[in-house]
Formats: sequence, structure tokens, C-alpha cells
Amino acid sequence: MTAGRSTSAFLNRTPRLRLGLLLSAPMLWLGLAYLGALAALFITAFWHADSFTGKVITDWSLDNFETLVTDSVYRTITFRTIAIAAGVTVIDAIIAFPMAFYMAKIASPRARRILVIAVLTPLWASYLVKAYSWRTMLSGNGVLHWMLDPIGLDTPGYGLTATVITLSYLWLPFMILPIYAGLERLPDSLVDASGDLGARPARTFRSVVLPLTFPAIVAGSIFTFSLTLGDYITVKIVGGTSQMLGNVVYDNIGAANNLPFAATVATVPVVIMLLYLAAVRRTGALENL
Amino acid sequence: MKKYPIALALFGALVLAAACGTESGDSGGGGGSDSTGAQGFQPPDLEALDKLGEPEGELSVLAWPGYAEDGSNDPKIDWVSAFEKETACQVSVKTFGTSDESVSLMKTGGYDVVSASGDASLRLIASGDVEPVNTDLVPNYADVFDFLKDKSWNSVDGVSYGVPHGWGANVLAYRTDLVSPAPTSWSAVFDTNSEHKGKITAYDSPIYIADAALYLMKTQPDLGIKNPYALDDKQFQAAVDLLKQQKPMISEYWSDYLKEDQALKNGDAVLGTAWQVTVNLAKSEGAKVDSVLPSEGATGWSDTWMVATKSEHKTCAYKWLDYIVSPEANAQVAEYFGESPANEKACDLTTDKAHCDTYHAGDADYASKIWYWTTPIAQCLDGRSDVKCKDYGEWTRAWTEIKG
Repeated sequence: MTAGRSTSAFLNRTPRLRLGLLLSAPMLWLGLAYLGALAALFITAFWHADSFTGKVITDWSLDNFETLVTDSVYRTITFRTIAIAAGVTVIDAIIAFPMAFYMAKIASPRARRILVIAVLTPLWASYLVKAYSWRTMLSGNGVLHWMLDPIGLDTPGYGLTATVITLSYLWLPFMILPIYAGLERLPDSLVDASGDLGARPARTFRSVVLPLTFPAIVAGSIFTFSLTLGDYITVKIVGGTSQMLGNVVYDNIGAANNLPFAATVATVPVVIMLLYLAAVRRTGALENL
Repeated sequence: MKKYPIALALFGALVLAAACGTESGDSGGGGGSDSTGAQGFQPPDLEALDKLGEPEGELSVLAWPGYAEDGSNDPKIDWVSAFEKETACQVSVKTFGTSDESVSLMKTGGYDVVSASGDASLRLIASGDVEPVNTDLVPNYADVFDFLKDKSWNSVDGVSYGVPHGWGANVLAYRTDLVSPAPTSWSAVFDTNSEHKGKITAYDSPIYIADAALYLMKTQPDLGIKNPYALDDKQFQAAVDLLKQQKPMISEYWSDYLKEDQALKNGDAVLGTAWQVTVNLAKSEGAKVDSVLPSEGATGWSDTWMVATKSEHKTCAYKWLDYIVSPEANAQVAEYFGESPANEKACDLTTDKAHCDTYHAGDADYASKIWYWTTPIAQCLDGRSDVKCKDYGEWTRAWTEIKG
């Protein structure tokens, strides 16, 4: 008892040590497990693998990066992946904004709570279940075909469109919640003031609501963009013959047994994300997360 | 990169001729292995088990889907439970969809036995992930067809690395109600005028390039392809071009046989390369699916059960090897998966008495016509020494490029 008391007294006198002890565990986790793994990834990217046995040979070379840059197929896949990520982000933003606006500004407090739960519920279901449901729905004789056939349309079938649809569905909650939080912080009085000064709703939206919630949208886009950038399962399930960066990484680990090249490819989304985050920092969205 | 003079020193005239003047590929230091004869690599020095101990009570099996069924897919299909009862080894099964996946999973070291196809077995031997198998400890080995023993994909220098399991061909599956007349040639999936454009499915693995090469071997004789796994620059390019042409007609590539099963059932794909087990499964679920061995012949597999070097359950592993090639179990697997059993006596125990005839089980001559999956290497497998062939690393890169 006395030992415990003297320790606590000692810690009370030395705030720096106290802080150090408190933070050491999470810092160790962040440093070793997270940044350490990233560093290992980056180092592996400079090695290469024996194509027969798949053993990693620790010779340093830039060959992997050269292949990555010179082979046009990797450029195509990178651009395709960015395009999908951008598409998913835009679609999610367009769908999420009105929903979040209704939740934050129009719905009664009771309805608001129910809506927040409703938005969160899909996150409880397994990713795979949701992706496979879309596979069944998008199938040539699935429910989409059945619904769209009478109006002369058809299911897009498996392919890029299906991938964008499925990913937009999967990541929608990650866009709604930040926008909802951003709109909640927007004082109603500002909207009212804009109206009192003669602005029409469209003008209020453009000059007041959007600039003030833009950081929230950007915060949501970080989620949808980065989650899409790293995805490889959805495109395998509903993507038909298309592939994304994640698939190249996966194939190089699973199929080709070429870990170093997989690491090289994996640096691409990391770099894209760093650039994205650097751009985002300027909008002040990082304070909104 | 290292060259492999050991290969030259150790092996006979054929290998000498084939290996002369070849270097290992730029990305591959694995050296040559020549699956037509002796192998051009030096396997790590590992000892086979000399006697069995007490069963360890546990066994982790890495298998092709349909090879180790415990009733969880279909309560009637279960030969793992009998093994568990007999040996008190609790079995956990992990399945894989491609040979490459099996190689990388074996590298994790978590598995005791693996059913390896020819395009995986030599890689596993060369990397030391599997060890020699003492066939004296596998009593049922005696009944295995002789033409399957001591083959380039399961033995190195006469040292056996596993027990043959069974073999078969990659068939052309099709919807009987949507594809008529029934296809007889692989042109149904490769011809750009195919009427089933957009409804074709193909195997998602670099080894599928061999299927294109096999088709070219028969349809474009002037390319001079002798072995679909030994392709020089020009032949390889032709096969890759054929697959690039095929891509727009593909509805999706499959590596999970259940995904293909579902696509066939829903009609999202109406024909494509498949395993017999997929066809059997789709049929059992009521889909109008059948399969055919096209006139060009087919690629195929000849599988081997191997023991992991790092296994801590080797007695159970040997018990499994013996059990899975026992007449009873081998008959059940062969019939469920749709392949030829390795054990001669299994032929008497299949429910369909014609099974062994249908799959040409004892027919060494027929078996020699299937192009078994094997790992392409720089040293041409067809014995040519004046050119360098494309190694598997290049096959893999080309596959990424084909999918684009």
C-alpha cells in the first residue's frame, strides 16, 4: 500500500515520466507494428524473388520500380484504380450529402437517432456477405435484371460499373457520418441569416453551407478514397475480368510468389494516399476527422 | 545470377544437351528443372522419416477443393471423419484455388501435408518446404499404378517426395441448354467469332497460358509448339496474343471453383475450362451443365501428397498419405472430384463401376497424352537447346498484362 502510494506520489512529481509511461505502449504499437511494417514493406520493394522457388533474394536493385514505371500495364491499372476511387468518392458524396443534411437539419431528434443507427447497421454485416449479395443481384438473371428489364434497361453485368456500384454501397456510411457531423456543427442561424439577407436556397447552399461543410466532405472522401484504393475483393467478386492495384499485389503474393514486387506495387497506393493527404491538409479537413 | 553447373555434372546426356549454354532467367535464380527427365536443381539435403511414432492427434491438410471432404460441403461426402476415427488425428482442412496459392501457403509453414500438382511440387522440393517420403511406411503405395511412380513431378534422382493421388484433364464445361451443338473443340472459347462472346469463363492463373499454347499447337502447326510449357519468344507471344484476343469475350476469370459453379448455374457464363468436380457439383445442384474433353486434348494435373519439412505431426501425416491412397478413400475422392484414382484397387470400389474406364485410370498411354501442369523454366522442357524458353516469372508478368 505504501509502495503504491509512494510510486503515485513520485509520478505526480515527475509529469514527464508519467506522460512517457502512459504513451510508451501506444507509441510502441504505432512505431513497431505500424510504421515498422511500412518500413519493411518499403525495404522489401528493393529486393527480388527467385521465380522458381519464390524465395526472397536480398540483393538491392531498382528493377522492380523500373518494371512498375516502364510496363504500361501497371500505369493502366493505377489510373483505373484512381478512377474507380474517384468515382466511388463522388457518387458517395452526392448520395451522402442530402441524407446527412436531412439527418442533421430536418429530422426530429428521435428520427435522427434512428437514422444514425440505420446508417451504421450495414457496417455490422460482413463485407463478403454484402459483396456476394451484389454479385447475386447483378447477375444476368438477378433482381436488377428483373427490375430494369420492364423499362428497357439491363443489369450492367460484372465489370467496372458493377465494381463502382458495389464499392459505393459498401463505403457510403463512411461518407455520411463525417458530413453529418459537419452539418451538425453548422449553426442554423447562419442559414437563417443568409435567407434573411435575400439569398435563395441554392445561393445559401453554395455560399454558406458548402464552404463550411467542405472540410467534412473531404474528411469523408479520405475514407472512401483510401478504402477503394486498397480494395481487391469486391473487384474479384463483381469485377468480371478487371483488376485493380490490390489485385496485382494479391496476385504477386498469392500467385506469383513474388513478395518484393508485391511490395513495390503496394507503395503506389501509399504514395497516392500521401499526396492526397497533403492536398487535403490544405483544406483543413484533417481537423474535422 | 547463378548458373547451375551441378546440373550438368550430375545428369545424363538428355539434360546435358538441353542445359548446354542456357542460363537461368533474369529474375529467376532457380536454375533449370527438366521435368521430362532428371531435374536440373539440387534439392536441399533432407532425410525421410525412418519409422512412425505415436499419432500426434492433429493434422493440418492443405488440399485442392474436393480432396479432403469432411461432410461440411455435402453430408454424404465425407472420408475425413473415418480417418479421424481410425487414427485419432484431428484433421483441419484448408483448400486452395491455384497451385501458386498452395506454394505460398506452404511457405507459411502451418500445414503438415499438401496435395501438390506438377506445377507446384518441384518448387516445393527445390525450396525445401517438403521432404522426401519413405514409401515403405505407406503400405498402400504398393497398389499405386506403376506409371505414376517415380515421375519427374514427384521424385528427384529416384528419391520419392510423395505419394501419387490421382490425375485428370481440365475439361470444357458448358450449359447443355444454352450451348448447342455441344462444343467439341477449344475453339469455342478462343475463336473470336464465338457466338458465346461475353459468356465465356477462364482459369485465373498464369498456367492458363498453356491452354492457349495447346490450342495453337494443334491449330497453328507452323509455330512449332511441341510442349505447351516450353514456349520460346515467338510461341509465347502468339499464346499471349490469343489470350488478349480472348479477354473481351470473357465474362470473368475464376480461381475459386465455387464462383465458376455459381456463374454456370446463373448463366453468367455458359462455357469455359473447368474441373470435373465443378461440373459434378453444378449438376448435383440441378444445373444443366456437362463437360467434354475437346479434340485438341487438354492440360491436366497429376497430383502428389507431400509432407511438410517443418511438420510436427509427421506420424499423422504418413497415416494420411496411406489413408488417402487406400482403395476406399482413393475411390471416393476420385469419384467425387472426377479424376483417375492412383490406386489400382480403387477401381473395384467406385459406385459407378465404369468410373475407371471413363477416366482411363489404368491407361498409361492415354495418361501420357494429357499435358500435366508443370512449372515452365528457361531451359526448354521439350529438349530444345538452341533457344531460351519463357520462365514462370515471365508467364506471371504476361498474365497480369493479359488481364490488363
